Amino acid sequence: MGYSLVLTLPEIILSASAIALLMVAAFAGDKAARLSTWLAVLAFIGAALVVPGVTGPGGIAFNGLFVADSFAAFAKILIYVAAAIAMLSAMSWFARDGVYRTEYPVLILLSSVGMGMMASAGDLITLYVGLELQSLAAYVLASFQRKDSRSAEAGLKYFVLGALASGILLYGVSLLYGFSGSTSFEGIAAAIATDGISTGELFGIVFVLAGLAFKVSAVPFHMWTPDVYEGAPTPVTAFFASAPKVAAMALLTRVTIEALGAATFEWRQIVIFMALASTILGGVAAIGQQNIKRLLAYSSINNVGFALIGLAAGTPEGVASVLFYMTVYVVMTLGTFFVVLRMRDEAGQPVETIVSLSGLSRTRPALAAAMAMFMFSIAGIPPLMGFWPKFYVFEAAVAANLTWLAAVGIATSVIGAFYYLRIIKVMYFDDPAPAFEARRDLVSSAVILAAALFVSPLGWFALEPLGTASLNAAGALF
Amino acid sequence: MGAGLGREHCRRCALPLSRQPNLKGHDRNVIQTFTFYLFATIVIASGALTILSRNPVHSVLWLILAFFNAAGLMLILGAEFIAMLLVIVYVGAVAVLFLFVVMMLDVDFAEMRAGFARYAGFGALMAVVLLAEMIFAVAAWNAGGVSVASKAAPVDPSVPNIEALGTVLFTRYLYIFEAAGLVLLVAMIGAIVLTHRTRSGLRPQNPSEQNRRRPEEATRNMNPGIGQGVEL
Repeated sequence: MGYSLVLTLPEIILSASAIALLMVAAFAGDKAARLSTWLAVLAFIGAALVVPGVTGPGGIAFNGLFVADSFAAFAKILIYVAAAIAMLSAMSWFARDGVYRTEYPVLILLSSVGMGMMASAGDLITLYVGLELQSLAAYVLASFQRKDSRSAEAGLKYFVLGALASGILLYGVSLLYGFSGSTSFEGIAAAIATDGISTGELFGIVFVLAGLAFKVSAVPFHMWTPDVYEGAPTPVTAFFASAPKVAAMALLTRVTIEALGAATFEWRQIVIFMALASTILGGVAAIGQQNIKRLLAYSSINNVGFALIGLAAGTPEGVASVLFYMTVYVVMTLGTFFVVLRMRDEAGQPVETIVSLSGLSRTRPALAAAMAMFMFSIAGIPPLMGFWPKFYVFEAAVAANLTWLAAVGIATSVIGAFYYLRIIKVMYFDDPAPAFEARRDLVSSAVILAAALFVSPLGWFALEPLGTASLNAAGALF
Repeated sequence: MGAGLGREHCRRCALPLSRQPNLKGHDRNVIQTFTFYLFATIVIASGALTILSRNPVHSVLWLILAFFNAAGLMLILGAEFIAMLLVIVYVGAVAVLFLFVVMMLDVDFAEMRAGFARYAGFGALMAVVLLAEMIFAVAAWNAGGVSVASKAAPVDPSVPNIEALGTVLFTRYLYIFEAAGLVLLVAMIGAIVLTHRTRSGLRPQNPSEQNRRRPEEATRNMNPGIGQGVEL
């Protein structure tokens, strides 16, 4: 038992600091919001630092409920860093719109505990409880700005649809358990490997994948994404688009590879469908969007589709490409959202239309350059970092004899490039719209600069270590 | 304690003969089968009526019936604790809460009927699809043998249900138990974040201030002249 507890040290650090910060919130009130945000960042740093040490040799805790391997370690470090950065964006934003409350970092911390659980789930029960912990905190965060009716609507919508998805997932879990006789991933894999896949298990797989597809917002379970992303406060949207996506993707990967490895033929069809539908719909539907947050929602759907192409390969290289994709995606998305967070008119009101970006290159050249870089990168234009994850994903698909899938993926990435380039065109070639408010924000500038440097060709230095780490992490699943 | 498993078991129902005191093994099995089908039929029928009945209050009532029968199914499985839990938690709390919510809804029955014709075609299509799926599912079930029963978790009859659950809950599933606690904590924080507001202009009671108050601060001795009022 003691050894098990050591393996969950990152989760323990995060939950203990969440409870401690809750005490701060109870006694010091909202005055301590900034302080507790920074303390939460410290907790995240601490948790991320102990992850490699704890999971280095790899281990199984609590009778297989919790798996600490290099895959979980990779996902967790990414999740914690992304959550910490997304949380930082909230301080100055809420201070100006509505109230920044001390519960915000607490909820992010607890949500991250759930995400960590998802990344190291070794059992269907852990999967479900982790997912619920993450989602429940996310529902509250979506309606955090409760005086804003859009935020409340986003929270309600997210909650109702999320509950439905959880129901579907649970139904699949019960089918898988009933027909394979085990809730542990190992047990399910063994049952499928020995008896072959039964109809009941097949139905279970379909329902479980449908439930998880909702969480990664893959088509056809993506409907909530644009509405929730638009309605939720922008820092919360930045959070939704980064860390939970990684966690859900890691979970999906672990379930398909570890539990359903023997049924690759069956789940591959589903994943391929979701991948194609997501890349196509995410690309086409984004074209008509006027709101930058809605556009980024469709962009996230599109990107998840590309990552799923890597998963469809079902090989160690494919899984590594998924992890690599999510890493670069998180950096680009967070960078873009930090630019969007800077979009405020002269009166200090946040603006979200794409038109308001017109002529940004003349009013705010540095901001426009950063945004252009992120857009080029997400579109996958070669010298920038965003090209590489797409390259690896397609390479993995080709290596797994899915050349046609890679070809279709490349074609849809061209559709996607259209609307990313449209933003650049609006910023550089349209007549200037009223300038944004100029305001110093050191944290935000630092994040934007760091993200821009990462996606620039300078990021190529990170290719080698990231590639090794992701391959090493993927190896833990096979 | 562990005496139960070593005894002779009935071949068909896998229950130890010691648990079948009055009836010969298979008579009990027949009754079990009969009650299973009775409960299962009513669960499914009332589940269907929950979504079919036009009146939401009736829906909740059907739902309560479904919960009761699910509890009956659990009893047959020998999981009496879960059966009681179903009755207490779902029937006692959740369903009654539903009933209150439904009664507070402003249900417009005329409008409910108006939409019927418009959605009838779509609804019928969905029904046909679902029916076809069910036929396929049944066919598949007939073809590929389903052997759920043989994989059911073994129950030691000498250990009471609650004890058995408690034992695994605090050993094997300790991690999940703690995580479930965190989920509840998040629910609590969420409820507070979304509903708590600080009102201004209130005069809350402050007991420590009240206790600190001395007669000297609270009273003043006056000595007004005769015929003059008191000025405060």
